[in-house]
Parts: sequence; C-alpha cells; structure tokens
Amino acid sequence: MTERPTFRIKGDTGDWEVVMGLEIHAQVASNAKLFSGASTAFGSDPNCNVSLVDAAMPGMLPVINRVCVEQAIRTGLGLKAQINNYSRFDRKNYFYPDLPQGYQISQFAHPIVGEGEIDVDVEVPGKEGYAFTCRIERLHLEQDAGKSIHDMDPHATYVDLNRSGVALMEIVSKPDVRSPAEAAAYVKKLRAIVIALGTCDGDMEKGNLRADVNVSVCKPGQYEKFRETGDFKHLGTRCELKNMNSYRFIQQAIEYEARRQIEIIEGGGKVDQETRLFDPVKGETRSMRSKEDAHDYRYFPDPDLLPLELEQAWIEGIRKSLPELPDQKRARFEKDYGLSRYDAGVLTSDADKALFFEEVAKGRDAKLAANWVTQELFGYLNKEGLELSQSPVSASALGGLIALISDNTISGKIAKDVFARMIEGEGEAAVIVEKHGLKQVTDTGAIEKVVDEIIAANPEQVAKVKDKPQTLGWFVGQVMKASGGKANPQAVNDILKAKLGI
Amino acid sequence: MTDLTALTLAEALDGLKSKQFSSVELTEAFNAAIAKARVLNAFVVETPEKALEMAKASDARRAKGKAGKLDGAPLGIKDLYCTKGVRTTACSGILGEFTPTYESTVTQNLWDEGAVMLGKLNMDEFAMGSSNETSHFGNVINPWRRKGDNQGLTPGGSSGGSASSVAANLCLAATASDTGGSIRQPAAFTGTVGIKPTYGRASRYGMVAFASSLDQAGPIAKTVEDSAILLEVMCSHDPKDSTSLNIKTPNWQKDVRKGVKGMRIGIPKEYRIDGLSDEIDALWQQGIKWLKEAGATIVDISLPHTKYALPAYYIVAPAEASSNLARYDGMRYGARVEGGNLTQTYEGTRASGFGKEVQRRLMIGTYVLSSGYYDAYYLRAQKVRTKIFQDFVDAFESCDAILTPACPSPAFAFGEKSGDPVEMYLNDVFTVTANLAGLPGIAVPAGLSASGLPLGLQVIGKALDEAACFRVGGALEDAAGFVAKPDRWW
Repeated sequence: MTERPTFRIKGDTGDWEVVMGLEIHAQVASNAKLFSGASTAFGSDPNCNVSLVDAAMPGMLPVINRVCVEQAIRTGLGLKAQINNYSRFDRKNYFYPDLPQGYQISQFAHPIVGEGEIDVDVEVPGKEGYAFTCRIERLHLEQDAGKSIHDMDPHATYVDLNRSGVALMEIVSKPDVRSPAEAAAYVKKLRAIVIALGTCDGDMEKGNLRADVNVSVCKPGQYEKFRETGDFKHLGTRCELKNMNSYRFIQQAIEYEARRQIEIIEGGGKVDQETRLFDPVKGETRSMRSKEDAHDYRYFPDPDLLPLELEQAWIEGIRKSLPELPDQKRARFEKDYGLSRYDAGVLTSDADKALFFEEVAKGRDAKLAANWVTQELFGYLNKEGLELSQSPVSASALGGLIALISDNTISGKIAKDVFARMIEGEGEAAVIVEKHGLKQVTDTGAIEKVVDEIIAANPEQVAKVKDKPQTLGWFVGQVMKASGGKANPQAVNDILKAKLGI
Repeated sequence: MTDLTALTLAEALDGLKSKQFSSVELTEAFNAAIAKARVLNAFVVETPEKALEMAKASDARRAKGKAGKLDGAPLGIKDLYCTKGVRTTACSGILGEFTPTYESTVTQNLWDEGAVMLGKLNMDEFAMGSSNETSHFGNVINPWRRKGDNQGLTPGGSSGGSASSVAANLCLAATASDTGGSIRQPAAFTGTVGIKPTYGRASRYGMVAFASSLDQAGPIAKTVEDSAILLEVMCSHDPKDSTSLNIKTPNWQKDVRKGVKGMRIGIPKEYRIDGLSDEIDALWQQGIKWLKEAGATIVDISLPHTKYALPAYYIVAPAEASSNLARYDGMRYGARVEGGNLTQTYEGTRASGFGKEVQRRLMIGTYVLSSGYYDAYYLRAQKVRTKIFQDFVDAFESCDAILTPACPSPAFAFGEKSGDPVEMYLNDVFTVTANLAGLPGIAVPAGLSASGLPLGLQVIGKALDEAACFRVGGALEDAAGFVAKPDRWW
C-alpha cells in the first residue's frame, strides 16, 4: 500500500484542498415498509403498494417494522459502530404532495446507531492504490417520500406513493473524505458492506443507494487545524450536492463544485451554503435551494411512537449472525490466497468481484487467477465501460484458461491471444487452443531440433552470447518465432543454456 | 309501553335480554327521538336505516343465543371516529364528504359486541373547543336551559353532540374523546357521566387525531354503571396503535357499587383557584362530605405545578395538532380549493377548510415548534408535563383517588366566551392535568346550580386505576341521587 496522497486543485492564489462528508441514503432490504405493512416491491404499478398509513388517511398510525430495525442494527455492527439501546423517532415537518403526512418520520436527536468507521480502499489508475479510514458519525432510520412525476403532463404533477414510507438508512460520515476518487471509493465500500450484510441491495440505478456530498474547499493546512480542534471555522462554507447515484457523476460533480467554489473565493466572493443538484448532461451543479429558503422543519418527537429501546441480547444475537464482511474477506484473501493487500482490496471491494474471483481461483493458482481477474479482465471491462455482470467471459471460462496456463498447455503470452478470442465469443479456452493449434510445445526433442538449427545458422550470435549472456534473449525470441509462440519458454531457456554452454 | 329512550344502558340491556322489547323496537324509538330533536343539532349524520339493519341482525343473534355484551344497544358515535362507509369529518370543512373505507378500533369493538349505530355526533372541529361552537356543522344546543330562561346554552365541548344526545335521550350512550377535558366538561354541562381512561387503554387507531399524546377515547353515558359497561368494550390492546397498552381490560361494572369505605380521597389545595365560584366550592365541599359519610378518609394533598398545567397544555396540544393536521392538504381526500399553483392550492384549501379556532391553534403550534422557540416553549412545556406527572405520583402516596370540581362554571350561553379564547381555555383548568399525566378521570353529576343547571364533580385515579374512579363516582352518584332531566322543550 502506498501513502495517502493529498488531492490539490491549482487556483490563481495557489493550491486548494477539498473536504467532504457524505450522507448515504440506503433503502433497507425488507418486504414491508418502515411503519406499514405495504410491500416495498420495485416496479409495481403506480400507487399500488400504498397502505392507509402511507397515504396518511385520517386516524392512521405508524407501527414500527421490526425487520427494518434489525437491518439498521446489522448495518451499524457492520460499520463497527455504537448501537444505541435508546433511540427515538422525530417528525420532520414540511409540505409536499409526495409527503402525505406532511411530515417525514426520521431520527433527529437520538439515532439508532452512533459513531463507527469504514476502511476505504482507493484505486489509482495505473498505480498501486491506498487505503484510508473514514469515520462514521451516525446512522438513522427514516421514511422515504413518494415520487413526484413532473414530465407526464405539462400542466400537472403526478404522484406515486409506492415509495412513500419505505425504510431508508441515512448513513452520515464525518468530513474525512479528501478527493473525488475517495468519495467514490467510500460509496463503493459502503455499498459493498451493505450488500454483504444483506441490509440493502445497493442498486444505485433504482435509487436504492444514493449519496449527498457536502463539499467545501480550504487552503493547505486548514484541514489539519480542523482535525486538531474539531472547529469547523477552519473549513470553508459547504454546499450539499444532492441525490447522486453514479460513481462517475459523484466525481465529476465534486470536481466541478470544488472549482466553482475556488473561483468564487478567488474572485473575492463568498460561497453560499446551499443545496445543489448535478446536471450530468451539462456537467455542472446548479442551485436547488439556498439556506434562506431552507425549511424550518420543526422537528419534535413523534407522539405516535414510543422510544425504541433495544435489548442487548438481541443486538448480540444479530452480531453473531453477521456474514463475512469485505474487510474480513480481504484479510482472508491475503492469508488464504497469498494476495497483496491491494489486490485483495480490489477483489473484495465488491461482493460480485469477490465471488467471481473465488470461482476463478477455485482449485487453481490463486495469484495467477488474481492477476488475470484484476489486470486482464478488469482492464478490458474498464476500457469498454462494462460492468462485471456484463463480462463476455464467465468465471468458469476464465478459470479454464488459467488451468491451461498452470498445466503448461499454453504460455502466458498465448493465453492473452486465447483470452482475446474468448472475448470475441469463440468459446471455451480449451476449444480455442485445440481449434487453432495453440498448444504449447513441451516436447524437448522438437524444441532441440529448432535450437540446433538456429545455433547452426547463426555462428556470430553464438560467439557473442559467450561473452554477453544477456543476449540469450535473442535466441529465445528466434526459437519462439520459429515455433509460432507455442514452445514452452522455460524449456526453450533450459535447452538453449545447455547447448550454448552458458 | 314506557319510553324506551329513557332507559339506562344497563336497563335496556336487561330488557333486551329478558325479551321485554327487541332491538328493532328500541332502535325505532331512538330513530324517532332523533328525528324530533334536530333542533339540538346533536347528530351530523343520521343512519336510521343502518341502525335498523344492525338492530335486526342483533335480534337474530339474540334469538340464536349469541348476543354480545352490548347487543342491540343503540349508540351515538362522535364524528371523530372513522366509520366505514359513513361520512367522517371530525366536523371540519376540510374533510368535505370524506367517507372512510375502514373502521376505528374503538367502534369496531362496539360492533363486535353487537351495538347499533344511530349516527355520527356533532363536535368541535377536530375536537378543538370547549363549547361546540367551532363545528363546521353549527352549534350543538344543550337540552338544559336556565330556570325561566329560553336562552340557548352550549353543551360544552368538544364532545358536545355526545353529551347533548345522551342528556336528551337520543341514544343510550355515546362515544366521546378527551384531549383536555372534552369528555368530562360536556358531561358536567349536561348532567351526564363521562370518563377518560388511562392513556393507552383505548386504541387511537381510526380516531381523527388532535394531539396524539393526549387524545383518549371514552364514553358519555347516563350513569356511572353505564359508563363502565361501555368503557369496558371500548378499551382493548391494539397492535395497530403503538401507544396502546398490552394489558387486559378489567371488569369495571362490578366496581361501581363497591363503595368507598376505607378509601383515602385527596383534596388538592391548588384546585381552589382564584375566583372559584361559591357555588362550585359548595358543590366540592358537599362531595367531600358525601364521601366522608360513605366511609372514606379525606386527605389534603398538594399538586404544586397545577398552575402551569393549562399553559403547558396549550403548547403541547397545538404543537402536536400543527403536525397531525398537516395531512389535510387537499391532495388525496376531502375538500380542495384549486389555486394557480401548489402553494396557492395549499393555502386556499387550508384557509377555507379549517375554521378560525383550528387555524389559531395550528399557528400557535407551528410557532412553538419553530427553530429558536422550541426550547422556550415546547421543550419547557414537556418538562412541566413531567413535573405534573410527578406531582400526581407523589400525591398518590397518600391517597387512592382525587376529588375536584369538573368545571369552573355550569353551562354558558352561546357567544358568552367565544370572543375570548383564554377565558374559553380556562374551562379546561380542572381537566387538563389528567390528560397531561395520562391518568383516568371521571365526571359525575352532583347537583344543580342556582340557575337550575347541572354541576359535576371529577374523580382522578392513579394510572390504570379506573376502578377507583368508578367506585368513587358510584358513591357520589348514590349520595347525590341526581335524577334531574332537562325539561323537554324541543
């Protein structure tokens, strides 16, 4: 692992740094909503998963869903966080048509989960990555709102209450994130954790996991002062970038927003504390509402609900049932597969990646498997902008290729050709090797014959290699060329050395 | 045949059981009485056909020997309770013609025991009022009048329709609800009995919410025994209400005639408020004397934070109401006033849908929860509430029940107090403490004022000790021998 680099942006008055804290909204994986029995199924017809409670009919009352509480506790434990035995639900009051009650039930003063932390692995393109620890401030449970649809009719807004009342976990980080890449890596890691825990499906496209990023900029040295004193006055005024559900947009939005703020400050202006939205088409952020129009939410304890008092035994039972988490998996990959921390980190950053790797590596050379997965396959997918789930080469197919390398059927070099053909859809590695006659020549007799011919034909090179053994490579190249790349490189080396007497 | 509508609930149930009359006969008598008493404006929805259907079904059940505890008994339902298929508006314009597709737990409990619904009873809008003058459907008239005076009087509120209809024999008994005194004060104003049980005894599911932490269901009835019979059925544990208590409902009917021998009755000195009328004070002293004669010990107690109760109540209740009533936005049900944009539609709907008193309380509630005022008002009021609760805990160390006047005055005339909200709010001075502390309180008629109007006494019990309220209430009822009924003028 390498040192954590400091991300800096050059401005007219010198370097600037960015400071970020993230709020992640993760939809709790549960069949029913937080306070009603209505289904949380995605893709139902509009307003079909709506109970009387969700529609805020007169006299309806919320009743807490135990499963959602359990999922919040499980997530808290996965974040190595304090589980609060006492927590409470508050009402956040504001008017909007997709908020039928006129208030959102949330946890303001007493969240169910307190401070925790996440170890975040940051990938650096073309280099070894690094890790940092991001502190978690809190996690609380709250209701999602419904959906307002403004583009179905030019004169009307339609409201779908299917999401109204669905349980969300809001996970708030401390301002420990220092670059766009770190922000994306943080979301990625948190997503991997909740997926591993089974507390959120992590589907960002459906909006089941989305991020609000609080961005501010400061001069070098200021952040360290903030960390020493805890005093936010050392940091700049922050803007909140709302509702982002793609790693790419998160990074673009932060980059744009940081530069916007720097420009304002360097131009003698002041950054206004406000909520902003990222427009991915224009690649810029725009103001959604300023602090002045911020609602006075009139938080107060929801009198329809009792405080949530958790029994320690229940918490301990959940703790015992926790599955293997990405960090534990990483440690296991390092230990059991002999991978570097970096490779292990990359492979465990995502449950799908880890699963894919384990399938490839099963009964095979794990280090070789790791190299092929992280470099060849991920390299290809990245270049093509594909997700792992869209990979044209399956885990078992890649495993088949690695088996052929390990048993010396093909060389690593030939394997790359085979891999390219697999991507093209030519089928299993073994089939391709057979079809194109790519099997490595390990028959020493055949190799010796070629070696003899080349030695005989090149007396000058033979004389030279006696003085300069490093020119042996020239002979290796000739032999490989003559064999169409199929000769086993180790065997070629051994035979050449013996025949040339070096 | 005797006038069936004059029967008590207990007598009517006996009559039904012994087949002296059928539920259909009983129901027809009440339907007719209601039709003749429209001038009282007690009912906002009459459901005579539904009542007859239910009565027929009840008679059929009884014939099969499958009668429930209230089988065949015609009741009035406060319009605060959601009733499936029957318009429910909490007497607010904003709910328009809202007709629920669901039934409140309390009313469902009544139907499950065979009760018959006569209709929905008038009330102050969203239960906000002490005179039934804030109803969207107009004032309820108290069947009682001052001696030699035809001036119309209020029945109190917010359960004014419940109180008037019981006093005027328009139903055997009625459901009501109490947030700051809305059962006990109208009961006292109409010579009826009303009890608010311990908070959490009755489910709030399907009751249009006013102030969630204070609202509680209860009956208004003709006698203490009737109120016990009805309350027993109304109360239940309900998983659909998180604040509902998971405990069994006792048999209270048997407590009513147990007497008070050996009970210690607390008399709180702080309830002797400034300007307490001689008449009310005399009634209180009379009550003390009766209980002493019945074998109770009288104990002087102190509830030192009483004077802060009313101000705290008028912060907590509006605060909760301002949030509870946010759902009435004209979007999904009820009345809507279309505006040029969303904000205008909200404003138009709420300005025209809510009456003045409701708007006043929503504004007070919004204010006390606002950032910068929360600590000074809402939070402080909650602290006062804790102190008041502790006052009662301390007081109950030395007594088993507390006796107070129910109200500072007898029924007043329309318009007499509606000009001054503070004077109106003072009506609740003796009753709000039980709501703030979540305790049971019963109002029992104990005498007539000089002007010939009923006056009530209140008994406050320990949490979950409704039995004490019924015992003391029963003893007061026996001693007072209150049999007066309003002269029928309607």
